Amino acid sequence: MDFKDSDAEATYRAAARAWLDATIAEHDAGHYPDDMAKAKAWQARKAAGGYACITWPQEWGGGGGTPIESVIFGQEEARHAVDGSYFTIGLGMCVPTVMAYADDATKRRFVGPAVRGDEIWSQLFSEPAGGSDVAAIRTRAVRDGDDWVINGQKVWTSGAHYSDYGIVLVRTNPDVPKHQGLTMFWLDLKAPGIEIRPIHQMSGGSSFNEVWFEDVRISDAQRLGPVDGGWKVALFTLMNERLAIGTSGGVGPEDILAFAAQADGADGPLLKDAAFRQRLADWWVQAEGLRNTRMRTITALSKGQVPGPESSIGKIVAANQLQDIGNTAVEAGDQYGIIADPALTPLKGAFHAATMWAPGLRIAGGTDEILKNIIAERVLDLPGEIRVDKDQAFRDLPVGA
Amino acid sequence: MNFDYSDDQKFLKDEARKFLAAQCGSDRVRAVLDDAATAYDAGLWKAVAAQGWLGAAIPEAFGGLGLGHIELCAIAEELGRACAPIPFASTVYFVAEALMLYGSETQKIRWLRRIAAGDVIGAFATSEGAGPITARSVRSTVSGGTLTGEKIPVTDGDVADLIVVLARDGLYLVEKGAGVTAEVLETLDPTRSAARLTFTDAPCEKLGTENGIAAMQAVFDRAAVLLAFEQLGGADRCLEMAKGYALDRYAFGRQIGGYQAIKHKLADMYVKNELARSNAYYGAWALNVGAAELPLAAATARVAASDAYWFASKENIQTHGGMGFTWESDCHLYYRRSRQLALVAGSPAAWRERLVGQLEMRNAA
Repeated sequence: MDFKDSDAEATYRAAARAWLDATIAEHDAGHYPDDMAKAKAWQARKAAGGYACITWPQEWGGGGGTPIESVIFGQEEARHAVDGSYFTIGLGMCVPTVMAYADDATKRRFVGPAVRGDEIWSQLFSEPAGGSDVAAIRTRAVRDGDDWVINGQKVWTSGAHYSDYGIVLVRTNPDVPKHQGLTMFWLDLKAPGIEIRPIHQMSGGSSFNEVWFEDVRISDAQRLGPVDGGWKVALFTLMNERLAIGTSGGVGPEDILAFAAQADGADGPLLKDAAFRQRLADWWVQAEGLRNTRMRTITALSKGQVPGPESSIGKIVAANQLQDIGNTAVEAGDQYGIIADPALTPLKGAFHAATMWAPGLRIAGGTDEILKNIIAERVLDLPGEIRVDKDQAFRDLPVGA
Repeated sequence: MNFDYSDDQKFLKDEARKFLAAQCGSDRVRAVLDDAATAYDAGLWKAVAAQGWLGAAIPEAFGGLGLGHIELCAIAEELGRACAPIPFASTVYFVAEALMLYGSETQKIRWLRRIAAGDVIGAFATSEGAGPITARSVRSTVSGGTLTGEKIPVTDGDVADLIVVLARDGLYLVEKGAGVTAEVLETLDPTRSAARLTFTDAPCEKLGTENGIAAMQAVFDRAAVLLAFEQLGGADRCLEMAKGYALDRYAFGRQIGGYQAIKHKLADMYVKNELARSNAYYGAWALNVGAAELPLAAATARVAASDAYWFASKENIQTHGGMGFTWESDCHLYYRRSRQLALVAGSPAAWRERLVGQLEMRNAA
């Protein structure tokens, strides 16, 4: 066990830090979650410097580096608080799927622009009737010569309103059991017949969308993987998803520690409250546990092993902790805690925002319950859920809401 | 960065597991549990000494194997998995570590070789009653080279040859003999013995020059990391037992492990165990290289491991249903041990408090 950088890692870190210091200075960096032009410009700079998609091959615009180098750069970049969330889903899930399943011409057309931040991608899987039951997809694609015609509706599509392209999972054969009749395509989100309607979330924001398809025509050349073989492609995409979501930011133990040092408790600062201290210790232990678990995952990656379903741990723990920390700070305000005005509340309302955002995080990318099933079944080898729909044709399945 | 055991360390750990599977089945643990007159398994103690484990982290110059603390962590994990009924922790994690940390050359030469050989059992005597140990709670005093006071409980105090005692002005070495009386105590985990030790003008020798509470805490920090690996091994074994039972036991026409209530319980155990493992690894690194982060890393490892073992040991019984509540089931061996290990170097609440204290100090710096 060695937690310090090796010589090569230290050299890489020093170079990354020097590059960041020099480049950020001329780039006018800062936290800019709402400024897409700045985010895109920063992504382009990183690509030019070899710091975008660090583990991808250089021929596809990546950095040709190792997983550990990617982590090191991430640690250094985090010190500058730049926001790359516009690109998380595209580069973390969609484009890897395109790279794995598209033909060379398609890859050449799309991978480079995505790495440089010129184009943003969305993932269109979830539907009103199929959230956790991902394969219960009703959006249809019907073959018409060299084309397919898509009709239906997707939901919970993160960032579709600012995305250029997407990968979409649709039903191409309703006469077979649900997993066997799905096909994956890539598509242009500006194509005729696509309507994107932002969803107004309980948190007040609109990061998700409904996407409606009305006779949307796409070419068979846009298919990713075999006809009716889309489930396997979707699993490839989902495998990368929980790793990406598990590391979502938000307030953590350090933030509430700083807050508690100056917030009032019953008898002096909140930080001196014995009950609060016990909870703070548990959050710290969880956050450190996740950080160190990530180090173990990277060690496995660097030895050529594939990260398994154990990455589900990150999302379960982080999302619940976010909810708990946010609410603890809100409650610490006593009556004042009701106020959510960023101008009046600690950390510009970050604790209130966390409280309102956490319910979504506990659902997005697989609910707590589904992730625990995954751990139980794929890590611990316990029996699978009873599936009454396993051998039935999709068209014969009962439908509810 | 490399956050895993090396191949050599994995080999050592595998060999330790095989050895303990052969030498320390639950029948051996139960033999100590069932016989009130037996404090520990003397045969296993000799066998473990012959393996060199007692001196794994002791330098070769003092008769040890001179490996390192990560190797000792690997052994600790397997001892915890086997619920080994021997005074390993008292002797190795507390007394040998205290000697290596604070002993004079003479003291090291005198004791470490005999500890490594299995000829000396150690005990670390700190508590004098209910509640956390503080500068005010320690009443034992030294005057004119002899120690007077009472320590309760002292794990392995009834069988110890060498006792490290916390007195008002520091740590002291006391040998079993004149001025030392032991009264065996009934405990939650009879596979590990404990005693009330009374010192009446017992001859003693100063160990180091540190302030007593600070010196005790430095020993606790080192022991906490090693104990975390024992706790982790026990917690992993509980999860295995629960999983095995969940697959064997049928109810309402199917394996109970197919029901979400059980699946999610076991998934929760897995999550806690993995977080504990990751934190224990970080603690092992800090201990092995003597990092400045050791106090914080040790507290983090200990809180995580205590939490994981408690949860795994109680939910293992729950998964087994009524069968888990019987004397015949091994579930209670681990439930008992989880309590013993969680308290032997201070309670989880005290460690949480220490952890936050460390964060405050770090942020103030």
